[in-house]
Amino acid sequence: MIDFHLEPRSGVAPYMQLVQQVQQALRLGMLDVGDQLPTVKQVVAKIAINPNTVLKAYRELERQGLVAPQPGRGTFVTATLADASLDAHAELGTALHQWITTARAAGLDDAAIKALFDTTIRKAPQVTP
Amino acid sequence: MSTPVLSTTALTKRYGKHTALAEATLDIPAGRIVGLVGPNGAGKSTLLALASGLIRPTSGRIEVLGRTPAADSAQLADVGFVAQDTPVYAGLSVADHLSLGEHLNPTWDDAFARDRIARLGLDPAKKAGRLSGGQKAQLALTIAAAKRPRLLIFDEPVAALDPLARRAFLQNLMEFVAELEVSVILSSHLIGDVERVCDHLIVLAESRVQVAGDIEDLLAAHHRLVGPRGTLDALPDGVKVIAADHTDRQTTLIVHDTTGDHLELPGADSVGLEDMVLTYLHRAEGLTAPTLQETRA
Repeated sequence: MIDFHLEPRSGVAPYMQLVQQVQQALRLGMLDVGDQLPTVKQVVAKIAINPNTVLKAYRELERQGLVAPQPGRGTFVTATLADASLDAHAELGTALHQWITTARAAGLDDAAIKALFDTTIRKAPQVTP
Repeated sequence: MSTPVLSTTALTKRYGKHTALAEATLDIPAGRIVGLVGPNGAGKSTLLALASGLIRPTSGRIEVLGRTPAADSAQLADVGFVAQDTPVYAGLSVADHLSLGEHLNPTWDDAFARDRIARLGLDPAKKAGRLSGGQKAQLALTIAAAKRPRLLIFDEPVAALDPLARRAFLQNLMEFVAELEVSVILSSHLIGDVERVCDHLIVLAESRVQVAGDIEDLLAAHHRLVGPRGTLDALPDGVKVIAADHTDRQTTLIVHDTTGDHLELPGADSVGLEDMVLTYLHRAEGLTAPTLQETRA
């Protein structure tokens, strides 16, 4: 079971924040096919948001083919976003960690590091598989 | 089409020469959690008291769940009202409150009430006067919900609570909504809370409804337009300027696209809920809105 959170100042609509958190969990392998999402009641009781927001997020995830409701039981994961790339995460993480250490040693603060990362990723040509 | 939870036409309440609420026309579908926002004295409590049937309108029409508020015992049972400062009887115990609720309400769900009190960890023997502010609020909420109404009305339920108690109250309220399928109208000064829990908004200022609608629709229809001076003078029909600010070179507008067509406006940027509300409140008071300045980097 995963936990949701809400960042009010992010400028991202609350339902979309929930959608993104599920996608993120699927991508990182924290959620897998067959896993149950928290019930609407559990989510609202935990993070104090409108039940309709949760329903809307779950409907959107259903539309994306990632989850499916099972009447009387709850909402379950039906597909995963994690692929073969998941295996590479650990190695890439280590490399990134080293790079960040180098960047900090060069005097960049976190904001500068993120800005550099963002500009570079925008410039790098997207290769579609 | 289900019955609207609140429907008013030109609803007006006067006290002598003072107009507390003027010409309010609203149509709120069932199943919404409605946030009523506005400055003190804007008419929020008057609107809520009219909706719960505590006072009668001077003129205009109001229907709650399709009927006149407080028309009869069935209508009274359908609406739970918690007044400002979540009043409880200081000399009565928590258990006394539940017995009282059971005797006064034909639709009382005693198992629900007791289960809720137990889960909140409230001692049934404790006098309500000795509960903390947050606990009093939770007790008042439990009693209002245990009569199993179709509409819950709260006047500033969290205003006096600390952030922890406030969050706990909202968690509990949202759990009720998920469980009981009840509509809710609550007034609040805290736009952050409204953004979190509400899906419908009423902005009240100077005794008048400034804007009302589903929050998602309102956010999609309000834009900040920035452009060289003179370029924003001609806007399409149905796009209303809520606030305008000019420097010698630049014009900044907050506009409301009332066409419902999601018009593509040049240079349109989104406006957050708080900025949108503040723009209406400033306009009502005849002030220039500081929200015209870019507030989000």
